[in-house]
Amino acid sequence: MLTIAQETYDAIVAHAKRDHPDEACGVVAGPEGSDRPERFIPMVNAAGSPTFYEFDSTELLQLYKDMDARDEEPVVVYHSHTATEAYPSRTDIGLASEPNAHYVLVSTADCFDESGGNSDGPVEFRSYSIIDGVVTEEEVTITPTTDSSKKGSTS
Amino acid sequence: MAIEVRIPTILRTYTGGEKSVEGAGGTLSALIDDLEGNHPGIKDRLVEDKSGEIDLRRFVNVYINDEDVRFIGGLEAPLSDGDQVVVLPAVAGGC
Repeated sequence: MLTIAQETYDAIVAHAKRDHPDEACGVVAGPEGSDRPERFIPMVNAAGSPTFYEFDSTELLQLYKDMDARDEEPVVVYHSHTATEAYPSRTDIGLASEPNAHYVLVSTADCFDESGGNSDGPVEFRSYSIIDGVVTEEEVTITPTTDSSKKGSTS
Repeated sequence: MAIEVRIPTILRTYTGGEKSVEGAGGTLSALIDDLEGNHPGIKDRLVEDKSGEIDLRRFVNVYINDEDVRFIGGLEAPLSDGDQVVVLPAVAGGC
């Protein structure tokens, strides 16, 4: 099961909408072994593509060095699908290399109309573990943001 | 000649769970052969045969002292004592 704060969930959805029709991608890091996604880190999609995403190699190194220095690991690895459902593709499965991570897939396929205008449709948000090519969907539990200044805000 | 090699989670099955191992070699290619001697199977996860030539796998990133080896000679990139090598699988995918 993935447990994620409302604020982080909203940030992932906002990033996916902002980069549509290109795929958006990023990480939510957390303390090693904690399974708590705490630090939201949107990444640039170096592929700049509606059908592919890849972290830039230099930024990837910096990201892992930063996490290492903080004793963190990637708890969530997220990316968006902009024309298809929020389910890992064959490529996603083949390239998944973080067996401990929750792979979050967000689909923006239904929240824009054909001309790219916002149609206010729902954004699909689903989470999976991907280990040795085996995909297992998991429940997503959203917890209220604890920061008191953010209380009362809605998504 | 000792070179520190940082191993990503997915490849730690080859290093007995170690995050970092030591290797030797004057080039990245030689270092990978040296690693293979101590951690059998790891080489195949790093390189592949591309029409008769051994090259780094497309979705594996290797850095020498923070430089992506693709910009400094690939498998022939030179190494010397004290260098730090980092291996990171690409974070990538596509619909």
